[in-house]
Amino acid sequence: MSLMKIFDTAGSGMAAESLRLNTVASNLANADSLSSSADSAYKAKELLFAPTQESDGLSDSQDGEVNNGVRMVGVSESQQPVETHYEPGNPMADENGYVYGSNVNPIDELVNMISASRSYQNNVEVMNTTKQLMIKTIDLGS
Amino acid sequence: MSFNLLDNVFGLSSKALELWQNRSEVLASNIANADTPNYQARDIDFRQALQQASGDSSDLQLSTPTEGQISPSTQSADQLKYRVPLQPSMDGNTVDTQVEQASFASNMVHYQSSLSFINSTIQTLRLAINGGGQS
Repeated sequence: MSLMKIFDTAGSGMAAESLRLNTVASNLANADSLSSSADSAYKAKELLFAPTQESDGLSDSQDGEVNNGVRMVGVSESQQPVETHYEPGNPMADENGYVYGSNVNPIDELVNMISASRSYQNNVEVMNTTKQLMIKTIDLGS
Repeated sequence: MSFNLLDNVFGLSSKALELWQNRSEVLASNIANADTPNYQARDIDFRQALQQASGDSSDLQLSTPTEGQISPSTQSADQLKYRVPLQPSMDGNTVDTQVEQASFASNMVHYQSSLSFINSTIQTLRLAINGGGQS
């Protein structure tokens, strides 16, 4: 029964979106973290997604070569400049009196969060519909 | 009872059911990849696929008389087409979630209707076997 493959596909989508949500949570939690050098300051993490299988153009669509889900290929760090404040009284300040914040943009993160949760819901709906139809297929003839 | 006979009984419905199933896989993949950069949304040309599955395609098939020649049917069996995006996005992704969701919903209704055609055939057969008595 090849409807089973949809569970894998939608499941990989759900896993990817929850990873995204997890990353957003980590970024938002560290939005106000301080550091004493620009290198060790918290940089916003971004996930890289890719389809699990590429079509080779010759394969038969029947054997499932083309069908695929999504997977995470890596994490990249935002290249935006980190925030720098002049706070000589701060115990974290370097010898020039500067502290370094993170480069997390809370607006970006919130937009990401909404997008991820919507996509997650879409995948859940796909799974639900498929499940109901599978049950109907099993009940065939009764 | 051979499967060939069953195919004759259910007619095109069983083939259509299989095609709807394949299409739902493709659409589920599109929805799962809604946020993947450079992902190209795909879909099945259902009319063409069903015509081919039922064997009364109007296209003339090329013959492959020589051993090792690539059969044209293996290439034309790949019914997957690329969707043309309504609005190009910055990351090269051509999935339009609304379009995919609508296609998925209608695809599943079609699947269900093929299913109920098969179901009613089974019930008719059962009625014939029991001679209209208690089923």
